[in-house]
Amino acid sequence: MAAPEFEIPKFKEHLEVPKIQEGSMAHIKSFISPQPTQEFLGYPWELGEDWKERTLFKMGDLLGKYRSLRVFMDACVHCGACTDKCHYYLGSADPKNMPVARQELMRKVYRRYFTLPGKIAPWLVGAEDLTKETLADWYSYYHQCSECRRCSVYCPYGIDTAEVTMAGREILNYVGMGQKYSNEILGKVQKIGNNLGLPGPALEDTLAGLEEDIEADTGVPVKMPLDVKGAEILLVTPSADFFSEPHVESLIGYAKVFHAAGVSWTLSSHASEAGNFGLFNGNYETMRKVAMRIRDAALELGVKRIIVGECGHAWRVAYSFWNTLTGLGFDGKDPFSIELQQQLDHRYPQPMHICEYTWDLIQNNAIKLDPSANDDKVITYHDSCNVARGSRMGDEAGGQFTIPRNIIQAVANNFHDMAAETIGEGTFCCGGGGGLLTDDLIEVRVKGAYPRMNALNNVVQEEKVNFMATICAICKAQFTKVLPYYGFDRSMVGGVHQLVSAAIKLD
Amino acid sequence: MTSLTVFYIGLFYVATLILVAGLAYRIYEYSRTPAPLKIPTTPAPTTNAGVAYRMAREVVLFESLFKSNKWIWLFGWLFHVGLALVLFRHVRYFQEPLWFVVEFVQPFGKYASFAMVAGLAGLWARRFLVDRVRYISTPSDHLILALLIAIGLSGMMMSFVAHTDIVSLKAFMLGLMTFDFQPLPTDTVLLVHLTLVALLMIIFPISKLLHAPGIFFSPTRNQADNPREHRHIAPWAAALDRDNG
Repeated sequence: MAAPEFEIPKFKEHLEVPKIQEGSMAHIKSFISPQPTQEFLGYPWELGEDWKERTLFKMGDLLGKYRSLRVFMDACVHCGACTDKCHYYLGSADPKNMPVARQELMRKVYRRYFTLPGKIAPWLVGAEDLTKETLADWYSYYHQCSECRRCSVYCPYGIDTAEVTMAGREILNYVGMGQKYSNEILGKVQKIGNNLGLPGPALEDTLAGLEEDIEADTGVPVKMPLDVKGAEILLVTPSADFFSEPHVESLIGYAKVFHAAGVSWTLSSHASEAGNFGLFNGNYETMRKVAMRIRDAALELGVKRIIVGECGHAWRVAYSFWNTLTGLGFDGKDPFSIELQQQLDHRYPQPMHICEYTWDLIQNNAIKLDPSANDDKVITYHDSCNVARGSRMGDEAGGQFTIPRNIIQAVANNFHDMAAETIGEGTFCCGGGGGLLTDDLIEVRVKGAYPRMNALNNVVQEEKVNFMATICAICKAQFTKVLPYYGFDRSMVGGVHQLVSAAIKLD
Repeated sequence: MTSLTVFYIGLFYVATLILVAGLAYRIYEYSRTPAPLKIPTTPAPTTNAGVAYRMAREVVLFESLFKSNKWIWLFGWLFHVGLALVLFRHVRYFQEPLWFVVEFVQPFGKYASFAMVAGLAGLWARRFLVDRVRYISTPSDHLILALLIAIGLSGMMMSFVAHTDIVSLKAFMLGLMTFDFQPLPTDTVLLVHLTLVALLMIIFPISKLLHAPGIFFSPTRNQADNPREHRHIAPWAAALDRDNG
């Protein structure tokens, strides 16, 4: 790790809200998406002469299509409740990283061109002309938001900055200012089938290698089937699970769980990606196109159930949006959704999270576990933001908090939660979500991780915690990268099914 | 009929028209704009009854604000509850005979004005004292607080210091409602109070006061968490199913 060119916040027993430092993060600029990437997605790659008209046109278009944006532009009263809630503000002190100020970047343009007071007396109501500097500010600060929704928990009107960030990025794309990282991934997933650009044959080789490793390790021939028609379960998991550390340990865990349960399951080379970066850009049609690959694979393979691996944003899209986008769920009344839904097994939720699946098996004593296998670990659990505030597990509200913790406590003996205000619905994002998991944003990522790292440090000091489990591919990759900046070992982070993998007893 | 009375008759008709028509238009706009995706902030209720209960807690108790910041909650809640009681007390100037509850609420509504103004003062103080809130405050944020405090103080002047001719005022108000116009008392405090109230009514549909109808349309608060069980789809999005299959 090279010495960082920025200051890393210091640990405190209680997180302190910093005094504002105007412009402290204004230099941040993620790499701009190049021509071929933009062309593939149907966007321009530089500002044209009509950039102003295009910006305002797209803004009006989105205001007419999204009630969230429409209401959120009007409803804010500047009360300040959200100002100390964003991890990027807490870690950077840049006031434009306060949720309200991030929204205000768009709201001041909204007021100027779409409201009467802003047209008549802009100086009075905080309305401002749209300039190229405005767009530069949008580009910088809408890529310092991980769309984690923490602000929306605390807003008295439920204003969700993620919705504003998504709209901001969609407008930026529309005028030719796309982000390289997210847009290249959106190209790869649509051309090859996953975000890492891993082609089918390479995937097949990887899975065969993993099967050998597991058998060498356990003596049991646990399989990782690919493209098996007629399998009962289709597993859709983030492609990082196929060869990133520590992600792959959880993939091995899922395979062992399926093996122990004795079900037929398969992965798909066509839908070898659970993550959906369409969410980050806020473009409904892109998000739908990416999600359609899973529908197509499910129909092609004829599976009865769809289970999603450990991935935060993926689970939000799967749980909350798949039924809407692709008909993957229940209660469809139209031929499009009925075609898929009549194939699915109605005894189970569709889609189902791998944690819901494993927890059901544990409750039914259908798998054997030896929690002492994890006795070398003192474990804490990081609630991933999009699972916590954008989805659910199980039948009851809040199942997304209890089910993963129940699993951990069934497969391990030493568990301690971090401070209450930093977990559950108030969980701090890892700092790398929402399309920020790129090296050109490392300063944002390290500073944004600060509130989580601070809470982790407190349980490390007090409870001797040495492992932080989580169920998100981005969290795992982000923590692996930023833990060393805070003096921790990168192998401290891993998946819940990594713990399951160690504890499960196979026959 | 003096020209002053005529002016105020006109002012109140215009203000009422703008308030009612403006709010109706906003509500129409919000309700017409589709919410294409299920985005309740979870954990969220899984049923519509649960959503109604969540919304009631937000509107009556300011639950999310309570979680967020106890000072803003205290000042904000004092102001809104005070305002609600004061407004309810004012119903007496618009009906004859009075409902029992309106009579009952009179003393509470009278002293609630202190809570209302204290809450507003607290909220205003934060705009100067807390650097983060100072940063986000616009001139209109200050002016709306000034307007509300001036309405409160001028009303309290008439309740507690210099009474206006309340019988004539009530006759004027009832006259507005029955088109049987009566003269308006002319003391300055009353005229200031009425002018500011009319101004508040006029700016309501074009200002941040839209948070009042807005919260009911906020998808993060008014949606049930049941996306796996029910297919939710907006008309413009359903067209994609038909076009692309």
